[in-house]
Amino acid sequence: MSTKNNNWEYAASIEGTGHIQLKEKYGLYINGAWVEPQSKAYFSSINPHNEEHLADVAQANDKDIDRAVKAAEKAHREVWSKTTPAERGKYIFRIARLMQEQAKELAVIESLDSGKPIREARDIDIPLACNHFFYYAGWADKLDYAFPNQKKESIGVAGQIIPWNFPLLMAAWKIAPALATGNTVVLKPAETTSLTALKLAEIIDAAGLPPGVVNIVTGFGDTGAAIVAHPMVSKVAFTGSTAVGKLIQKTIAGTDKKATLELGGKSANIIFDDAPLDQAVEGIINGIFFNQGHVCCAGSRLFVQENIADKVIRKLKHRMQSLQIGNPLDKNTDIGAINSADQLEIINKYIEIGRKEGSEFFQVDCALPNKGYYCPPTLFINVAQSSVLAQEEIFGPVLTIQTFRTVDEVIQKANNSPYGLAAGVWTDKGSKIFNLTSKLKAGVVWANTYNKFDPASPFGGYKESGFGREGGLHGLGAYLK
Amino acid sequence: MPKANTINHLPSSPSVDKVGVEERVARFQSRSIKNHAKMQGLKMVLSMIDLTTLEGKDTPGKVRQMCFKAAHLHDGYPDLPNVAAVCVYPSMVRLAKSIVGSHGINVASVSTAFPSGQAPLEVKLTDTKYAVENGADEIDMVISRGKFLAGEYAFVFDEIAAIKEVCGSARLKVILETGELITLDNVRKASDIAIYAGADFIKTSTGKIQPAATLQVTYTMLQAIRDYYDETGQMIGMKPAGGISNAKLALHNLVMVKEVLGQEWLDNKWFRFGASSLANDVLMQIMKTDSGIYQSGDYFTLD
Repeated sequence: MSTKNNNWEYAASIEGTGHIQLKEKYGLYINGAWVEPQSKAYFSSINPHNEEHLADVAQANDKDIDRAVKAAEKAHREVWSKTTPAERGKYIFRIARLMQEQAKELAVIESLDSGKPIREARDIDIPLACNHFFYYAGWADKLDYAFPNQKKESIGVAGQIIPWNFPLLMAAWKIAPALATGNTVVLKPAETTSLTALKLAEIIDAAGLPPGVVNIVTGFGDTGAAIVAHPMVSKVAFTGSTAVGKLIQKTIAGTDKKATLELGGKSANIIFDDAPLDQAVEGIINGIFFNQGHVCCAGSRLFVQENIADKVIRKLKHRMQSLQIGNPLDKNTDIGAINSADQLEIINKYIEIGRKEGSEFFQVDCALPNKGYYCPPTLFINVAQSSVLAQEEIFGPVLTIQTFRTVDEVIQKANNSPYGLAAGVWTDKGSKIFNLTSKLKAGVVWANTYNKFDPASPFGGYKESGFGREGGLHGLGAYLK
Repeated sequence: MPKANTINHLPSSPSVDKVGVEERVARFQSRSIKNHAKMQGLKMVLSMIDLTTLEGKDTPGKVRQMCFKAAHLHDGYPDLPNVAAVCVYPSMVRLAKSIVGSHGINVASVSTAFPSGQAPLEVKLTDTKYAVENGADEIDMVISRGKFLAGEYAFVFDEIAAIKEVCGSARLKVILETGELITLDNVRKASDIAIYAGADFIKTSTGKIQPAATLQVTYTMLQAIRDYYDETGQMIGMKPAGGISNAKLALHNLVMVKEVLGQEWLDNKWFRFGASSLANDVLMQIMKTDSGIYQSGDYFTLD
């Protein structure tokens, strides 16, 4: 009576692209208008899934940045710093609502441009980006309550440089608190993922923000450097690599520029033997394979208590087999494309190092698309603390696994890193959670979960993971003097 | 490896985090099942149904009609599978067997003082033997929830083992009645007890208590089956029952089985739905997938 019909695979369920509107060519959004770059140069934004061209994007040079910063400075001096807080809040609410109305279009463009699965763009990136605007819109006229008995003022022009892993979400993290606190903005998205920031510029334009309050300029590292170095930029907010963060520190040394840097990480995810194991395995998956591992707070170092290591690794390998890898626009895709050819090369270089070092290696046995930048989820098991793989940020779907015996040992090993962005602790015992959270040197510690974000919760790191906090009440303080 | 069949061999059950389970379950529900995958899935659901009537007012006439439907789900549509089994009270087993036996459809009988299980072991054994002697291919027993909640795990374990012994060649499904166990930790513990005591299947509910087969509960039980398989290499079946009345929820159950246990379990030897009204919704969806139009309920027989 057996049905013997049990090979059941999900049919492709591709999200449509008919509703999205992309221009062939995007200029710079400066002083409330779309302008040609002075450089006359444009570069191509491509889809990492199939390496096809999506749109041409302007490459801003020093002169463009000068123009954008001066527009922002004038807008701050003459308009935005004099706009009543309640009025500022109204504008930010309007941006949030317009983003929600276009959520589906934004999600599809984000997935096309960055390679992230449509499910994540649709369910996480875009809703969270909207929520950041809603959250900070609410604070705009309540700053006196946020900072009682203090006379807080806006700083001026905020130069904001964001990474390619959460393009629109990072733009929201940066722009929303800056506007709520009365600053004006020059924002540069990463060169591989400019499109949703440019769509956001259209939304901001439609929201009727006064010209110059938000300027969006596109380009490469030199464009970012020009923003940081511009004398009229009073505050630098950067999310990205530690190497660039150090360059920024050097550039602004000796100036009175304020800065917040949110940099790399090599975060520890710690599983104790009394943890809810199946949920911990989900937490490991979510910690390292969310957004192809392109997450600064990714749980990239797994520490498993020795007596359950075999079991956890067996469960983890089994769970990895059910991850769907492929076209990011497929609604069933769990793991999409690596953001760029360059990043794929970096990841592959680390995988090669790991294989040479000889620790146990595991990759999901799955067919990858012929074109595009793909990397299967990868484990390195029984990695030494001194291995490059356990020390350096890989920023891809590569997890190192180490075992530990005692609480003290795991705290020591988890903290033994130049980074200190995040950590995860999995145990059924509340007292153990509090013991660890107070001793782990990480900006965010999750207990029995991982990679959870909320606009009300501050985010930021220790040590080489940067300084300053974004999100929540703390995020307001970084934009006030 | 043969089953140890003593509670001393029962491993301690891992804790279950409800928040994490809810999150995981939401992911199964976000799977998009389209086109041929949907059609294949729907037919698979039909083939896994235990068509059920368990009412005090059941009559031979009612049972006879349901049994006919089991083998003739919708004769107007070609190549539909039969359901896996019909599920009835012991008093109806002989009748049911006489109708569906020749169609390769099993007869499952509830037993052990279903649904409450509040009877002495001798009564439960007699109840079970009666069903088996009348031709039941499968026995759906209930555990003693009161004893379980009182912490008398050995009692629950021994009772299941005793029932298993009188089942003979009939396959034993153990109903945990998860709606009365309250926590997922208890669901996991009861699953482990049932499996180690000799269950061939573990089953969520009687259908008499709400909540019944929630995805959270089924997921927790599937994990217990997975762990047992990893430990012993032996497959255990799963039967969510109660509350699965529409095709979409049934498909999400299959998604969960596929991803937690694997394709091998996508077979009515290892997975069943205990349901009375699910079949018609699935039939309706099959017609809709084919024709693009929903038909009225009047075109599907109520039995």
